[in-house]
Amino acid sequence: MCIRDRVQQTKLVTAASELARNTLVHGGGGHVELTPLNVGSSNGLRLAFVDTGPGIRDLDQAMTDGYTSGGGLGLGMSGAKRLVHEFEVDSRLGEGTTVTVTAWATAVPPSRPGS
Amino acid sequence: MTGFGPAVPGPAGGHAFTVPVLQLGDTLLVTLQGELHDGMAEQLQQDITARIAHTRVTGVVIDISGVDMVDSFLGRVLAEIAAGAGLLAARTVLAGMRPAVAITLVELGLTLPGLRTALDVERAMELLAAGERHSEGSP
Repeated sequence: MCIRDRVQQTKLVTAASELARNTLVHGGGGHVELTPLNVGSSNGLRLAFVDTGPGIRDLDQAMTDGYTSGGGLGLGMSGAKRLVHEFEVDSRLGEGTTVTVTAWATAVPPSRPGS
Repeated sequence: MTGFGPAVPGPAGGHAFTVPVLQLGDTLLVTLQGELHDGMAEQLQQDITARIAHTRVTGVVIDISGVDMVDSFLGRVLAEIAAGAGLLAARTVLAGMRPAVAITLVELGLTLPGLRTALDVERAMELLAAGERHSEGSP
């Protein structure tokens, strides 16, 4: 495995750890759906972290570096976003939160948004 | 589909095994391997701090060459271990971080300022020994 693959793998595993912790700490537990992707010659992995917790009241605030409601460093959401190629949050108050991230093994599809 | 819930052992939960902490002269050598869950990381923080107080070591080397992934939680615990050791007059060096882990931590936004690092355990020991001589004022 070349260093680039290793970095890509480490980034995705780290993002998964941050988001799974959010699901557990803020969402009261939940589950992850893993979907392998094949688009043309590109292989990717999509992970959806699903909880039925209280939802995120202020998404902009939750995505801000250094903001925390759980006693952590406040890097979970914003940091995880920087570690993957695609990042999407669907949160409804009182119903739950789903954070979906996608990482591509080959550099073909997207340019990284927002970085 | 992978499920996880609040039943995971918390800070006060049961620990399957503990991280070995070895004393080499004036230095504690802590070797982390594989995955360290949150409860174990917090237990390690308490263990190291207690060992420093009891044994009066002046240095701590934490070898993370066997660690695949450092997230913001483990990063914070490592920084807090170093800060606590500092208050107990011991210096901490983080040794052997993998390149992929370093790149990931920077992108995550966790650069661990104030935490001394070395490429491997040997250099970490040299760094501590050099600091020792320096603080004693000998050339």
